[in-house]
Amino acid sequence: MLLRAEKLSKHFGGVHALEGVSFEVAAGRVHSIIGPNGAGKTTLLNLLSGIYRPDQGKVFLGNESLTGKPQHRFAAAGIGRTFQNLQIFFNMSALENVMAGAWLHEACGLAAAALRLPRLARAEAEARRAARELLDYVGVGRWADSPSTGMPYGALKRLEIARALAARPKLLLLDEPAAGLNPTETREIDVLIRRIAEGGVTVVLVEHDMKLVMEVSDRVLVLDHGRRLAEGEPHAVSHDARVIEAYLGVEAC
Amino acid sequence: MALPLVLTNNYTYEIAILVGLNAIVCVGLNFLIGYAGQISLGHAGFYALGAYGSAVLSARYGVYPVISVPLAVGGVAMLAWLVGKPVLRLKGHYLAMATLGLGVIVSVVLANEDWLTGGPDGMTVPPLFITGEKAWYWAVGAVLLLTVWLAQNLIDSPRGRAWRALHGSEVAAAAVGIDAARHKLAAFVLSAAIAAFAGALTAHYAGFLTPSKASFLHSVELVTMVVFGGMGSTLGAVLGAAVLTTLPQLLTVFKEYEMALFGALLMLTMIFMPQGLVPTLEKLLAAAGRKAE
Repeated sequence: MLLRAEKLSKHFGGVHALEGVSFEVAAGRVHSIIGPNGAGKTTLLNLLSGIYRPDQGKVFLGNESLTGKPQHRFAAAGIGRTFQNLQIFFNMSALENVMAGAWLHEACGLAAAALRLPRLARAEAEARRAARELLDYVGVGRWADSPSTGMPYGALKRLEIARALAARPKLLLLDEPAAGLNPTETREIDVLIRRIAEGGVTVVLVEHDMKLVMEVSDRVLVLDHGRRLAEGEPHAVSHDARVIEAYLGVEAC
Repeated sequence: MALPLVLTNNYTYEIAILVGLNAIVCVGLNFLIGYAGQISLGHAGFYALGAYGSAVLSARYGVYPVISVPLAVGGVAMLAWLVGKPVLRLKGHYLAMATLGLGVIVSVVLANEDWLTGGPDGMTVPPLFITGEKAWYWAVGAVLLLTVWLAQNLIDSPRGRAWRALHGSEVAAAAVGIDAARHKLAAFVLSAAIAAFAGALTAHYAGFLTPSKASFLHSVELVTMVVFGGMGSTLGAVLGAAVLTTLPQLLTVFKEYEMALFGALLMLTMIFMPQGLVPTLEKLLAAAGRKAE
């Protein structure tokens, strides 16, 4: 198992956002997390990426325990993510956003940076080329040199994916990548997610668009009121009586 | 650099040197404010500690100024590290509070420990190997150019992008492995060291020091220069320092209202061009360029 989450719990004041949720993700899979609003999906993602510390429970990537470590250590271990409400570096161009995403692989000393040593200049040229390639890969290459503030919403969603990929993660957490997109754009994201998974990056996807989830996922975890409701193959989950009840309410049955 | 042609007397040279020294401080302070997204309200303290550190070492203990200057800069860098290390682990603007406190302590100590600093009467400082207004003008100009060159390199490096990323979105920066606390600390220590260096140069240039250099108001002036010129723009930091250093000299009649002037300028900048002078002008030029096409 690439990712192992054991009995994660998180409370905010009196609100139990997540209650003892365990789940595992196998390498190379697309694993989706679904559930009604307030089910705890984003909370779970924030625990898996180190933004929150769990009140109880543990997070492992491979054999490495990440529980309680600062957020940047989760990234260094190989967990990348995108954000539901965009977190673009709006003070930079699209290309620079992706180059900043590659920080872990091109960290340099203060003196080397200030003196612009030839070694660094060569690494920079290579980083620029790699970033351009990634922008092309997610399909926003034509905005490479424009300020990110001028990019349309759908392109920014993809820019976040490119930036996360620049860190070369083993596990990529996507928080509602299709939210706010039209049906055509959503289908394109579908293709992109599959391509990322085929490229060897394991994907955990939080998404409201059921069509996208059913098409792209190998496994689906269903959360409701911070608890694990069901888990399995997409087809099995979508026919699970408890899942239908959680989504439609008891009266509908 | 072409200014010597226009500068006819020592007074104008003096102002040009002052502009240069303030600009060096502002280029450094801009790392912190414009890139790492933190504010220091005690940079005059670092500036004064650099000045007094080198002055005391050379005047009281006979250390050669060539050695006392780097010693003072190193000492200030260590102090900034000690203050910044615990504070910058917290999110939010605690650094502003901590440096505000530090600046006040520095200014009180400098004013009261007269056995060492001469107290409010000030102290004389031995000269550096540079003498005369003209020589100082060229020396300060060269140091400023070097500082700007190093700053531009740094900003355009992976490290500079990491700092800008922190300013853009701290949570997203951490999500790609950027250690926020470490980078803010580096930017803070670097900016304090640069302020100390400019302070030490000022001390040896002026030959005389008073504790007014450490005042809280001077810290505010420095922040105003950076914000007015444009946060995150090295050229803006230089221009901000130039305008706000010369303006009070030209308007000596309003001497008593100097701080009111700074306050009003800071307010107007925030209201009408929150990005500052240079970025706003760049945008206007770009827009005009598009219209022309």
